Amino acid sequence: MNMLAIDIWFIIEKVALIATIIGLSFFIAMYTTYAERKVAAWLQDRRGPNRAGPFGLFQPLADGGKLFFKEEIIPLTSNRFLFILGPALAMITALITSTVIPWGASYVDGTTNIALQVADVDMGILVVFGIVSVGVYGIMIGGWSSNNKFSLMAAIRGASQMVSYELPMGLALIAVLLMTGSLKMSAIVSHQIEHGWHIFYQPLGFIIFFVCALAECNRTPFDLPEAENELNFGYHQEYSSMKLGFYLFAEYINMFISSAVMATLYFGGYDIPFVNESTWGLSPLLFSAMSFAVLMAKVLFFLFVFIWIRWTIPRFRYDQLMNLGWKKLIPLALVNMLLTAALTLWLNN
Amino acid sequence: MQLTDRAKTVDRRPMTFLESLYLWSIAKGMATTLKHLFRKKATIEYPEEKRPFSPVFRGLHVLNRDAEGRENCTACGLCAVACPAEAITMEAAERLPSEANLYREEKYAAKYEINMLRCIFCGLCEEACPKDAIYLSQTFAPANYGRKGFIYKKEELLIPHPIQQKEAYEKALGERKPTVNA
Repeated sequence: MNMLAIDIWFIIEKVALIATIIGLSFFIAMYTTYAERKVAAWLQDRRGPNRAGPFGLFQPLADGGKLFFKEEIIPLTSNRFLFILGPALAMITALITSTVIPWGASYVDGTTNIALQVADVDMGILVVFGIVSVGVYGIMIGGWSSNNKFSLMAAIRGASQMVSYELPMGLALIAVLLMTGSLKMSAIVSHQIEHGWHIFYQPLGFIIFFVCALAECNRTPFDLPEAENELNFGYHQEYSSMKLGFYLFAEYINMFISSAVMATLYFGGYDIPFVNESTWGLSPLLFSAMSFAVLMAKVLFFLFVFIWIRWTIPRFRYDQLMNLGWKKLIPLALVNMLLTAALTLWLNN
Repeated sequence: MQLTDRAKTVDRRPMTFLESLYLWSIAKGMATTLKHLFRKKATIEYPEEKRPFSPVFRGLHVLNRDAEGRENCTACGLCAVACPAEAITMEAAERLPSEANLYREEKYAAKYEINMLRCIFCGLCEEACPKDAIYLSQTFAPANYGRKGFIYKKEELLIPHPIQQKEAYEKALGERKPTVNA
């Protein structure tokens, strides 16, 4: 009967954690839209939104409210079921990815041990990859079911782009896994706390991973699926109201999650660099909160870089995109992987 | 033939492998945009902050009064004749003995309209006026919902009374002080 013994506190703890992370994802995504506009303005010598509330801080609320009150249009020629499924899928996959990320050091106080991670599954990082691959269906289904040529074109571009860039991303990741010897996210972080951040051992791997992350999030310079000027906003052209909002929001949540993944894989997760904070003898609550804040700082830095890149460089042409993915990144990632494998083997013997 | 000494020959060699990763050029671009992050913003936040006008700026028209608050206009029609856009219409009337405190001379404009959609703000009416009755202020054309609202009647054009509404008068006068009582 042991299997049926349900630990009610465990469930409460996890539900609270899930609710917090989802709320946090929404909050961060909301304010990333604000940051996007602000940083864009600053990079272009403008001021950005500053009318709604102090410093325009209520701007995302106003935008969200506007989207809710917009008329909802479902084209007659579209496939109704799939048309609604598209944005829902995009949103769900964007949110699920956050489950395996360790958001901070575990809260250890006597016998209580609360991990700041929803599920520390053995194949942690593979879960992220699996869900991200499903994420492409949100774009595919949305673009295809709109029954619009621009949307279909964008969906095809999006799918091919995602598939081509998942390869180098996975190859770059294998190098990290060779060093850690585990797929577990918590093990990857603790390995980095012991042996130093992976960015110092895998700079090339990180660059490849970062470029691919840009492509996976459909961010400039890889925003071909939603190319405003050639494809009329691409796959979400026919969407209006909150369904459009879901697509846009999912993009920002994806940015947030991929920043967290990059921080976890290459920048030591919640680790503070150059110091051993576990010897400071902080109270467990403060310790966990601090580690969480450190991870958030890294995430915010990555979000800034995402935005910074978007407002610096133009979009790649389709052939440039494919060239970069297949002829440049995959060979580089392969070389990186083989080198890492050889070195790991040599050093461990 | 060399036309200018600033011409640059374009390097058309095929990209090397490192160049074709675009990393270095992207990094250079990002350095450029980062510099702009700390630049002075070009924006002037309009309703709070206003750009100063040049002293010869020509904005909306004002019908002037003299120091005692009497209307200067005698409805001679010279401004309407001078107007290249034909934006000004007026009707003259004779002053009654009891209205001597309202109008400066025996004849006055009973109706005076400027169509602000026709007006090109050239200021020729101001130059034509022998009585210093009309001049162009420093306020510029506001928005309106309909075309009708852009036909300015005398009530909208007349400057506030210099004695009864002193503050509003000073404000409407702006920085260009017309010669009162020419």
